[in-house]
Amino acid sequence: MSAGEESYSAAGEVSLIKARRTFAENLWRGLKSAPPTALFGMAVISTYMLFAIFAPLLAPYGEAEIFPMSYAPWSDEFMFGTDQLGRDVLSRLIYGARNTIGIAVATTFLAFLIGGCLGIAAAISQNWLDHLLSRSVDVLMAIPSLIFALMLLSMFGSSATNLIIIIAILDSTRVFRITRAVSLNVVVMDYVEAAKLRGEGLGWIMRKEILPNIMPPLVAEFGLRFCFVFLTIAALSFLGVGIQPPTADWGSMVRETAGLIQFAEYDITAALTPMLPAAAIALLTVAVNFVVDWFLHKTSGLKD
Amino acid sequence: MHPVIATVLQRLALGILTLFVVSLIIFSSIEFLPGDFGEAILGQAALPETVAAFRKELGLDLPMYQRYLDWVGNVMTGDLGNSFSGRGSSGGADRSRPVIDLIAPRLANTLFLASMAAIISVPLALFLGITAALYRGSIYDRLVNALTLTTISFPEFFVAYILILIFSSFLKFFPSLANIDPTTDFWVRVHLTALPAITLMLVIIAHMMRMTRAAIINLMASPYIEMADLKGVSKSQIIIHHALPNAWAPIVNVIAFNLAYLVVGVVVVEVVFVYPGVGQLMVDAVTTRDVPVVQACAMIFALTYILLNLFADIISIITNPRLLHPR
Amino acid sequence: MVDIKDLEKAAIDGKLDRREFMKRATALGLAAPFATSLLTQAVHAATPKKGGRFVQGTGHGSTTDTLDPGTHENGFSQNVVYTYANHLTEVDNTGQLVPELAESYEASADAKTWTFKLRQGVEFHNGKTMTADDVIGSINHHRGEDSKSAGKSLLSAVESITKKGKYEVEFKLSAGNADFPFVMSDYHFAILPEFEGNMDWQAGFGTGGYVIDRYEPGVRATFKRNPNYFKSGRAHFDEVETIALLDTTARQNAMMNDEVHAINRVDPKTVHLLSRVGSLKILETTGTLHYTFPMRVDQKPFDNYDLRMAVKYSVDREQLVQKILLGHGAIGNDHPISTANPYHNGEMAQRSYDPDKARHHLKKAGMEGVTLDLGTSDAAFSGAVDAALLIKDSAAKAGLDINVVREPKDGYWSNVWNKKAWCACYWGGRPTEDWMFTAAYVADSKWNDTAWTSGPKADKFNKLVVDARSELDTNKRRQMYYECQEIVNDDGGALIPMFANYIHAVSKKIGHDEKVAANWEFDGNKNAERWWFA
Repeated sequence: MSAGEESYSAAGEVSLIKARRTFAENLWRGLKSAPPTALFGMAVISTYMLFAIFAPLLAPYGEAEIFPMSYAPWSDEFMFGTDQLGRDVLSRLIYGARNTIGIAVATTFLAFLIGGCLGIAAAISQNWLDHLLSRSVDVLMAIPSLIFALMLLSMFGSSATNLIIIIAILDSTRVFRITRAVSLNVVVMDYVEAAKLRGEGLGWIMRKEILPNIMPPLVAEFGLRFCFVFLTIAALSFLGVGIQPPTADWGSMVRETAGLIQFAEYDITAALTPMLPAAAIALLTVAVNFVVDWFLHKTSGLKD
Repeated sequence: MHPVIATVLQRLALGILTLFVVSLIIFSSIEFLPGDFGEAILGQAALPETVAAFRKELGLDLPMYQRYLDWVGNVMTGDLGNSFSGRGSSGGADRSRPVIDLIAPRLANTLFLASMAAIISVPLALFLGITAALYRGSIYDRLVNALTLTTISFPEFFVAYILILIFSSFLKFFPSLANIDPTTDFWVRVHLTALPAITLMLVIIAHMMRMTRAAIINLMASPYIEMADLKGVSKSQIIIHHALPNAWAPIVNVIAFNLAYLVVGVVVVEVVFVYPGVGQLMVDAVTTRDVPVVQACAMIFALTYILLNLFADIISIITNPRLLHPR
Repeated sequence: MVDIKDLEKAAIDGKLDRREFMKRATALGLAAPFATSLLTQAVHAATPKKGGRFVQGTGHGSTTDTLDPGTHENGFSQNVVYTYANHLTEVDNTGQLVPELAESYEASADAKTWTFKLRQGVEFHNGKTMTADDVIGSINHHRGEDSKSAGKSLLSAVESITKKGKYEVEFKLSAGNADFPFVMSDYHFAILPEFEGNMDWQAGFGTGGYVIDRYEPGVRATFKRNPNYFKSGRAHFDEVETIALLDTTARQNAMMNDEVHAINRVDPKTVHLLSRVGSLKILETTGTLHYTFPMRVDQKPFDNYDLRMAVKYSVDREQLVQKILLGHGAIGNDHPISTANPYHNGEMAQRSYDPDKARHHLKKAGMEGVTLDLGTSDAAFSGAVDAALLIKDSAAKAGLDINVVREPKDGYWSNVWNKKAWCACYWGGRPTEDWMFTAAYVADSKWNDTAWTSGPKADKFNKLVVDARSELDTNKRRQMYYECQEIVNDDGGALIPMFANYIHAVSKKIGHDEKVAANWEFDGNKNAERWWFA
């Protein structure tokens, strides 16, 4: 028996407590205490994820497969009918989950990566870098983003990659602002000072000291930003630029069929067609934000 | 110097710098966009010689920096220039179409619509946010949350189409065209712009309401609120007298952001309701590469943004004693 | 099945007398008094009545529009100019060319010199009398060295314009052109007051049936009836308002909610639904508008005849008409001449979808496995992206791989069209064969978007077009134009799968002649002076 095993280590004790419950146990405890809205949100998100991942297996037909009959009515063969070109609407909805969520996730993460990192860096440095970044963001935010996105897409072409990068950069300005604002409250804390004095690197401080303490407002913002990506794509497709065909995405699908709503009086199934992708977006938005609300509630430290 | 005045002066100086950089970015973006005014106007009918003639008359054959400096010089003297579109095919008569004449009536329309939407939506969002925070976790809170989330999760044009279906086609309350002109009587104008204003309200209320609620709830865990709670102050009293005054800064910020959006970001609503506002003008001008008009629109939008943010900062300072009376 | 609308129509045309109408209407189950009132209504609708404020919504218009006819490009400007101004000639509602501001016109034997005698006593809205000077100034506006007019190329053959008297003008052309009077009806060549040898368009004074009241580019134009209009039996409305309604849904909503009396560009997707709305009727005209996919024969691989044939055979035209136009159009035969033109070649075999022939030509070209890029955008025509996807689908079955590239709408005409090897395009079409061929198919046209300029067949085509232009014998001319169409169909680079109808919705309160002009939308854009409130 060596002396080392008996000596006290704070880190050891912390890791001991951490190990008392497994990740699965923690998750289960969390889920049990979750309100019904959060559970509903999580159920919806997991279903969407399944559809997005297994789209080729779940969709009855191909994404771009064309059948002879355009605007076929709802039937056993085509559950939600076919669109103008004779493509199965259900299959396009399912593939749409993959494309739309994929683009929205990529865009939002990119926006948070750019905006978040720069925001924290600006808050820590509080020197010329902070000034430069803050002023640049002010400039970008002073330009109407939809019209600017329209110009940039005309310039670089509206491929999915360009769409993601352009929306992410324009969105990251808001992320930057909020990250910087909340980080400013954290960087003055003693533990950050201590870390600085210890000689920790900038990256380490950002990751280990600041990020965990500014998560709640960022997550709240994430929920909204995520949904605005769908809306931005829909608005851009309204103004004439969008995703390359024949890729299906919900925003463009709403745009393509939105005109049918006005005929509700004359043909109710036709009027419901644009509702499908729109409802798919709405349901996901509500679900994501329910989960976000629960997370905020848990981290706010408020007792019921 | 008084901190409010100091902030105002500092922000205004920065604002001018921002305007300058914005103009530079917009100007060079249009340079990089393919095609020029002549090609855009003539479309399929463009001939090399007619396009060249346009370039010559509009001075597009001059180097880029020179055109930009000319523009800056004119703006300094308060002259926004003439729209390219006023130029005729040939002949010498004076046919200028000043940018200011093009923008002024449309700006008035845009501000009218924005104020209509703001006057109702800001108080409503505050009320909903405060009450939702007050009855946090109740059915009311969940309902307000779910409803506002649903309205922002539909694209604007979609919300607009549904409102048209209900209020124009079925109920016949409001027309589907917000077809106003400068001679339209005030109350007729209000009636005509009702649907676009409601669409915008639905879009912005959610954001403001959620921020109000979050900002208040965020403060509820503070020691001084708990103190008040322990003293036995009623919950509504706590929120109105203790939480709200400290929550103004984030709330005003998000209100400023949304008000700016009402002026800047409503091009889609303008298109759907055929409302002659500045957004549509700017998109048209970008499409035809009408640089002076694009620049003027961009300046107006940037200025709106800067002023509203300044306003939000002033409110933040006034409501925060620590900032108002610095040590 | 006969329905009441057919009966009404027959009654108006005079095919049914009163007794016959009543017999058939009651057979359809209508009560006699109702049938009587229907008959009076139907016949009544055919007689123009004065008065009312006519409001129309158009799917065109931009804030950069001006009243300068030289820059008129979209349907809004065209409608405005045909409402407040007149031209030397006019295409009437049956498609015939008739004199308008001219009283008569005649050509020399070689069709090189054209003399127009002007109508006397016509006044502009400012009270000035229209004379030869105004005609010369208006036409010269498009001809000068520094002119930026979109109509410039149409007048390139004009060598001189001479004033022969106060009311007589002579045009001298560099080569004979039997269709020159047709050119004078083009919307660019409005006759406006003369100003320093040019025209004064800023004031907005024309000779038309309506006087401009308010003109807001990209928003609306309002007009009041011209009490001194020189035409009788025209311009029935007291006031006219034209509104730019760019969003299809907004336009159709306005129509369904009775906020406008007529709209153009009805979405083919929803025509069947819109037609169910009781207060309106659908008005369709098959004109010269066609959608094309020009292949540039000067670029690889489209310089290969067999590859072009492979592409032409691998397009399912029927499917395109069914799915893109939803049946509201006609199948094209790879030449730009429509049934609305005088010399449409109806004897030629219709090319149809044939994957085997496509494979055969592809093999002959030695290009199996080739991938072709097809640039497209809804700027070319509404549904162009979808059309390209259908072509991709049908071509895949013929072993031809097509990569559909969606180009930005913005700048499409300057960067994609007439530049990329293969892209989507539309042509509004022209009233005459010569005009259409000269615009886009002859070797020296700057808009020759197929770059089809050389080779024995192209040479023959070019010679035929020039010869036919000055040929005054209609039979010989027909023969020549038939051959032109065959050559374009076979050797040319144009893939022309469909002609699209102009689809309008018009309120039942509006009356108009049974036949409406098909050369442009809205009754040749002259609906303001041709239509009335029934």
